[in-house]
Amino acid sequence: MDSITIVAVVSIATAGLTTGIGCMCPALGEGRSVATALTALAQQPDASATITRTLFVGLAMIESTAIYCFVVSMIIIFANPFWNHVIAGAAHAAGK
Amino acid sequence: MRLSADQMIFWRHGVFKLNGTIVFTWALMLVLVVGSMLVTRRLSTELKRSRWQNLLEIIVTTIEKQIEEVGLPHPEKYLGFLGTLFLFVAVAAICTVIPGYAPPTGSLSTTAALALCVFVAVPLFGIGEQGLGGYLRTYVSPTVIMLPFNLISELSRTLALAVRLFGNMMSGTMIIAILLTITPYVFPLVMTLLGLLTGMVQAYIFSILAAVYIAAAVRVRKPRHAPAAPARAQPVKPQPQKK
Repeated sequence: MDSITIVAVVSIATAGLTTGIGCMCPALGEGRSVATALTALAQQPDASATITRTLFVGLAMIESTAIYCFVVSMIIIFANPFWNHVIAGAAHAAGK
Repeated sequence: MRLSADQMIFWRHGVFKLNGTIVFTWALMLVLVVGSMLVTRRLSTELKRSRWQNLLEIIVTTIEKQIEEVGLPHPEKYLGFLGTLFLFVAVAAICTVIPGYAPPTGSLSTTAALALCVFVAVPLFGIGEQGLGGYLRTYVSPTVIMLPFNLISELSRTLALAVRLFGNMMSGTMIIAILLTITPYVFPLVMTLLGLLTGMVQAYIFSILAAVYIAAAVRVRKPRHAPAAPARAQPVKPQPQKK
């Protein structure tokens, strides 16, 4: 395998892994927080405004970790910084 | 594949490019400003009022109430800033129902600019409320050791605000673009609906987080200094009596 293929394979596999793991763990966390918030809502319906607001802010915080993973995988696929490096190296080697 | 509105170029002259982000941002600003100017031109205080005035009143009072619930006692002081943030992000998300439109918040430069506004506004409100010294003291609030962590948190939350909004809006348009190539007709429509919901939630979260940050900068001093002053004065007196 030449270096361009290696970079492509590693990039695609890593992007998939990043999104996969990065969706799984925040989903578990969000599920827990929503379940706890529902329990709290069932026990104290009067405090629903506060609970809902805190839940949304907390969910956004958890969700942002998944979003970071998504952004990183998008960078790996569409704006990979190693491509230019490898292509420049290959052109250099071909020119020799 | 078109990742964001940055890559739609309408006009180019030398180094100057007029991309979709700038065009749609200005269009949104124009719609918001001219729309509210038209509505507020004939305000009535009587029982009979136009439906547009009703709409604006509902929006403004809801934002005011939300800001007050976060813990800012005088919401009208922060209404201009936080309300603008909310309305801009929300309208940018709602307008995705218009064909050919790409949300300007799906570009990292727009969200970075919005997050920088929050980054600048939080110290400004903090200094305005408790003075320069009082605000700077919050950085070393428990001990001096916490100074670098406070500075890092200030920077990282700005980055998080920018990347969160960008990632959410960008992922929405991107998922629709991917689904259009796989399963046209029905599924992209459902995802567009979901995108509207996430857009509204993101607008809410962006402004609520900005309000929380401002509230943290504004009110830090009050609970600490009120009990601390008598507590420190008391132990000084008994000491001369002991010896």
